[in-house]
Amino acid sequence: MNNATTSTPRRTVIPFGPQHPVLPEPLHLRLVLEDEKVVEAQPAVGYIHRGIEKLAEVKDFQQNVFLLEHVCGICSFIHALAYCQGIEELMGVEVPARARYLRVVWSELNRLHSHLLWLGLLADAFGFESLFMQIWRARERVLDLEEQTAGARIMLSTCTIGGVRRDLSAEQVGQVLRGLDELEREFDMFVPVVIKDATVKERLCGVGVLTQRQAQELGAVGPVARASGIARDLRVTGYAAYGELGVNPVIETDGDCYARTLVRVRELYQSLLLLRKALRHMPDSPIAVAVKGKPEGEVVMRVEQPRGEVMYYLKANGTATLERVRVRTPTFANLPALLAILPGCELADVPVITLSIDPCVSCTER
Amino acid sequence: MIFPFLKTLFLSLRRGPATRRYPRVVRTPFPGTRGHLVNDAGKCIFCGVCARRCPAGALVVTRTPAHWTLDPYRCIVCGYCVEVCPKKSLRMEPWHRRESGGARGQG
Repeated sequence: MNNATTSTPRRTVIPFGPQHPVLPEPLHLRLVLEDEKVVEAQPAVGYIHRGIEKLAEVKDFQQNVFLLEHVCGICSFIHALAYCQGIEELMGVEVPARARYLRVVWSELNRLHSHLLWLGLLADAFGFESLFMQIWRARERVLDLEEQTAGARIMLSTCTIGGVRRDLSAEQVGQVLRGLDELEREFDMFVPVVIKDATVKERLCGVGVLTQRQAQELGAVGPVARASGIARDLRVTGYAAYGELGVNPVIETDGDCYARTLVRVRELYQSLLLLRKALRHMPDSPIAVAVKGKPEGEVVMRVEQPRGEVMYYLKANGTATLERVRVRTPTFANLPALLAILPGCELADVPVITLSIDPCVSCTER
Repeated sequence: MIFPFLKTLFLSLRRGPATRRYPRVVRTPFPGTRGHLVNDAGKCIFCGVCARRCPAGALVVTRTPAHWTLDPYRCIVCGYCVEVCPKKSLRMEPWHRRESGGARGQG
């Protein structure tokens, strides 16, 4: 602990992270406290920078699909998807219908496992160990489904420029649908605990309130914005097959940690619905088209990740390597919101509030 | 609100633990899992396409002498090389590579 002697002697500065039991990610917050109340939070990121953007300027544009997938260990497929969609737009590639549906399938599996991971960590943060274990058992089923369909648990590597790299047989579709039914039964067991349990509500309700105005002004994205009543979900724009499947953003209006939890819990069911729809209505077509030539020009591609909107800026010059790849991840957009809601809260609530924006620091630093 | 958890408790007692006693019980990967890369040297023509395409730079191929080497620590098991191999000599096996090293460096 670090006692700083500032102008007001009662102020204490406490480092939260970079190693903290509640968060596997190296997020460092310098918390300025008055007694037990937080007056200011200063973020310090930069512990896990890997230089992926720079490396993406060296590798060729096909190899980048696999590289950029490693930006995030949770929504890996969606990063590859954003990049591929960007390159496809530059090269004018029309993706076959079946590939677009399969992209939705893997995106939603990513979303399911990200939200379950987050719910588990949240349960762990407020000390509900057994709930944490139940939720992560359900998450394990999602990972199994990913391995069954894509051949890997985390780094799916199934997205490619012009389509996808793997197809699902009718048998596999049946397996996934059965897996989703089992998953729903598991959800029905732990979701009532998450949303109704008095101890859980005690830790979440009214904690870390982000008003709609604040969310709008600070540019919050994803579940953080949606929990404050902003209907901002990029899946509504209809990329991949979301246009055909139809997505209604999940909105809550309270803006506290409980609302953010509710948004993610409801999105679990929404993902199940989308997955079932996509698997049942998957058209028959090739899964990829051959891509000829090299990309040229600039493009901005935005897609919805479990944590919110990710933005890819790609600049190509007609050669195999790209001139610039820039990634703006949802956590980067949500950090200002976090810093706005931390002042005024109790020190004991800091882990739960920090977790409620679902920070992914390794994506943010890339 | 302890009742939802009671149901979970009884179910868990009936189902047993969700974890395995690794390493005694090993999880079987699904068919089609990308576990590790294998090269069928009889079919390989040492053209080096896999090495040029590998996003992680894990492969080194030389024509003379005919050598194909994989650095398993660099390999990200993406399977791109399998796709681009003109002779289909590369394939992905579902089982993951066993851990190497250990106390006495046994591979």
